[in-house]
Amino acid sequence: MSTETRDIIDLLAGIEPGSSLSGIRARRLQARENAQRSYVALFEPVDFGDVAAAERYAVAAFVAGVHDEPAATSFYLAKLAKAADRLELVEALKAETERARTEGPYGAFPAGPLSVEDKAGLIYRVAGDGQRVLGARLAAAVEHAHLLVFRPRDASSAAMQALLEAGWSTTAIVTLSQLVAFLSFQVRVAAGLRTLGAALGHHADAAAKAS
Amino acid sequence: MTDSIVVHASNNEPVAFTQDELGWLPWLDPLAEAELTERHWAGLVDRSRAKSDYFRLLVRDPEVLEARTKTDKDIFYNIADGLPRAERELAAAATSRYNGCIYCASVHARFATVHSKRRDDVQRLLDEGVGADLGARWNAVVRASVALASTPIGFGQQHVEELRSVGLDDAEIVDVINSAAFFNWANRLMLSLGEPTNGTDA
Repeated sequence: MSTETRDIIDLLAGIEPGSSLSGIRARRLQARENAQRSYVALFEPVDFGDVAAAERYAVAAFVAGVHDEPAATSFYLAKLAKAADRLELVEALKAETERARTEGPYGAFPAGPLSVEDKAGLIYRVAGDGQRVLGARLAAAVEHAHLLVFRPRDASSAAMQALLEAGWSTTAIVTLSQLVAFLSFQVRVAAGLRTLGAALGHHADAAAKAS
Repeated sequence: MTDSIVVHASNNEPVAFTQDELGWLPWLDPLAEAELTERHWAGLVDRSRAKSDYFRLLVRDPEVLEARTKTDKDIFYNIADGLPRAERELAAAATSRYNGCIYCASVHARFATVHSKRRDDVQRLLDEGVGADLGARWNAVVRASVALASTPIGFGQQHVEELRSVGLDDAEIVDVINSAAFFNWANRLMLSLGEPTNGTDA
């Protein structure tokens, strides 16, 4: 597998080298470089350890997909298609992503004065057919990813227990949690910068290139 | 060794947003300080972080923790230029309030107060929620943070325009985006790997 040398946030946000936004990002060079290093550590680590490459890409494609972020979804689906040994997995994951879409954040606060803000919503579970194709371990990861994306305040030690029972070690759960949480950051930075870039106007970039 | 969860049955859990100092109890076993290798110490970045259960849990994946910590520091502590610290912390606190992370909100509401000296306004964000009226400039930062935290992401041209209308330039808007986006990362770790507790650490 070739190492990714492109800056993934620039790629997802459509930021060109030499553009005004690229210059602004350069003022937070440590943040830019370490966001990229986070990506590499999660998706192209030297040692995949307890979490297989296909599992990482599958969860990432699901997280990007339920955010309705097409660029990130295509990016991680392409990685999954290369790493997965069967097409069936990619198709099942896409189907589950469609079933899992909703709007967040929602969930319950600890019982007390905040309970008036409790908001009910989809408690997503992988369907029977998806369970068969994904397997219990990946299905548990995808269900946990949905919890983290849409209703993080519903998180509980019971959710940790469900992952352990599905074969996730403590260290693997840390990696999985970082992966979902990092993706929640990455797609938002990319979306925010893409929106700002559109506000700056592509006219300026085009004019600069033409000169 | 079979891994298992840690249950805190008698925890005195905070049930409201607060600027008070809280502690945090992990649901999974952190590494013991004695188990840390050079690779782990590099992941912790600051050696003092070895005292924290949260960081000794995250250091089970040291390369990710190291990169995450350095991303965090540059977004919030690089004050060579850009958005004032207070408003970066406001974006973090608003994101945490909206996602429902009582622990994260407590820390970053405190920081917002320290840097802005607007304790009462910060408290209104915590008490009333992200709809609290905090004045045009803070309202714009809070609204942008909330739109960015929503799934699907709701951040649009109107948020850029509102931030510009209250005086932010493009680099400062990038600081809002980075600060708010980063807390979508932090909130999900803090909320899902353990629980807050009244009174400082355990």
